[in-house]
Amino acid sequence: MKLPIYMDYQATTPMDQRVLEAMLPYFTEHFGNAASRNHVFGWKAEEAVDKARLVLAEAIGADPREIVFTSGATESNNIALKGIAEMYASKGNHIITVQTEHPSILDTAARLERQGYNVTYLPVRPDGLLDLDILHRAITDKTILISVMTANNEIGVIQPIKEIGQIAREHGVLFHTDATQAVGKAPLDVNAMHLDLVSFTAHKIYGPKGIGALYVRRKNPRVRCAPLLDGGGHERGMRSGTLNVPGIVGFARAAQLALEERESESNRLTGLRNRLRDTIMHGLDQVYLNGHPDRRLPGNLNLSFAYVEGESLMMEMNDVALSSGSACTSASLKPSHVLQALGVTDELAHSSIRFGLGRFTTEEEVEYVGGKIVKAVGRLREMSPLYEMAKEGVDLKSVEWSEH
Amino acid sequence: MAYSEKVIDHFQHPHNMGSLDKNDKTVGTGIVGAPECGDVMKLQLKIGPGNVIEDAKFKTFGCGSAIASSSLATEWVKGKTIEEAMKLKNTDIVNELSLPPVKIHCSVLAEDALKAALADYLGKNGQKVPDGEPEKTKEGVS
Repeated sequence: MKLPIYMDYQATTPMDQRVLEAMLPYFTEHFGNAASRNHVFGWKAEEAVDKARLVLAEAIGADPREIVFTSGATESNNIALKGIAEMYASKGNHIITVQTEHPSILDTAARLERQGYNVTYLPVRPDGLLDLDILHRAITDKTILISVMTANNEIGVIQPIKEIGQIAREHGVLFHTDATQAVGKAPLDVNAMHLDLVSFTAHKIYGPKGIGALYVRRKNPRVRCAPLLDGGGHERGMRSGTLNVPGIVGFARAAQLALEERESESNRLTGLRNRLRDTIMHGLDQVYLNGHPDRRLPGNLNLSFAYVEGESLMMEMNDVALSSGSACTSASLKPSHVLQALGVTDELAHSSIRFGLGRFTTEEEVEYVGGKIVKAVGRLREMSPLYEMAKEGVDLKSVEWSEH
Repeated sequence: MAYSEKVIDHFQHPHNMGSLDKNDKTVGTGIVGAPECGDVMKLQLKIGPGNVIEDAKFKTFGCGSAIASSSLATEWVKGKTIEEAMKLKNTDIVNELSLPPVKIHCSVLAEDALKAALADYLGKNGQKVPDGEPEKTKEGVS
């Protein structure tokens, strides 16, 4: 087993060697601009892009003409929200999204609010799932867009996308989903699920960074989206800029591999994830699972370890790459907004760790990490005044703390 | 963010980690911070004849820098008099541990915990707090 261990696959993934091999010729030999219509260099690049577009469209049950290449999911989310808001402004000014979304949705929505749009941020249940009745009631005759992520990046919870799509369709409201964490891991079909816009990206599925896509429905209904960038009018006018041909080729190869291996990989990761969870839960008391136990990504485990602060736990786990919802790990000094939306107390949000398992995670690694967490939490609890007080029977909630 | 070597060393090998009997009249206890803010520090001092700090212990819930700050504070005050310990400034901790700006509050917490512990001891023994009155005193947590 090689150290350090990477267990942060929801942040990014290493590129698969097979993806790299597919990309390499497009950096040097086939370097053409896919928009060059008059020579073989351009044709070669265009041919590769067309093939990739078809693969990516098929991955989500779409038509290749509905795929718009972007620099990544952040850009896709920006185009979807701002582009729809601008294009449909005459129809309405209300957008519905959810409190647990990624910042590239929440901050974009906040900007639209400053520009005069109304945004509703729906709460979620304690398990992280959206309550469909609440969604129903939030829709008004001014609502132009509903944006709900497919799978959450922190807690891995998978929303009932098909049902949400159904509700949006019944009300004649467009539906966008940020499927960044879900593509290649959970089944996705734009027609069966009534999706009008879908954001996704390559680097979460063992592809390169810097390439993503936005699916934009062409018919029933035909969705129009104002561009963020003006220029050569690439990608049906929705995203100008010379296409990143090697990135696109790698993106498609990555999606192809993810789909081919989805079922077996999903079973393998669910097994490893549950094993990690059980090792930790059997070895320690007062460990809490954040998010729904089963309706989540196979490779995601998010736990709060009472009386232990997340950053110190990651420091103790110094040969394992993990992630925490603790404020200390962020520049904002605020704990995870996702955990707060679930109603997790700030104290437990500070104590949370995300374990992200993926394609190259082995049984041996899971064993090592589980055992090490049990030891690390044990040592830090010995050092924790809160653990000591709790053991003495002090109700921590009754203590008057000095905020600082 | 990378940690300084001194922070890592204190975190891995904390000095004076543990507890003293908070009901002992010669022990002052200071608890500062709040769990919802992500850090709570408990600092205890055992004061001997001549107001000399004979022993110091800490327990900290918080990030590595908070743990290192409290470990360092206990190490520094051992053997000092109350008056000398009162002069410890958070900036001394910042410099010694090379804390980045985002971690300065960890050092402030350590200074506050120290002063709260001294105030607790002095209060228990009917003595006045010398100059540099601490703003926060935490006691009665038992």
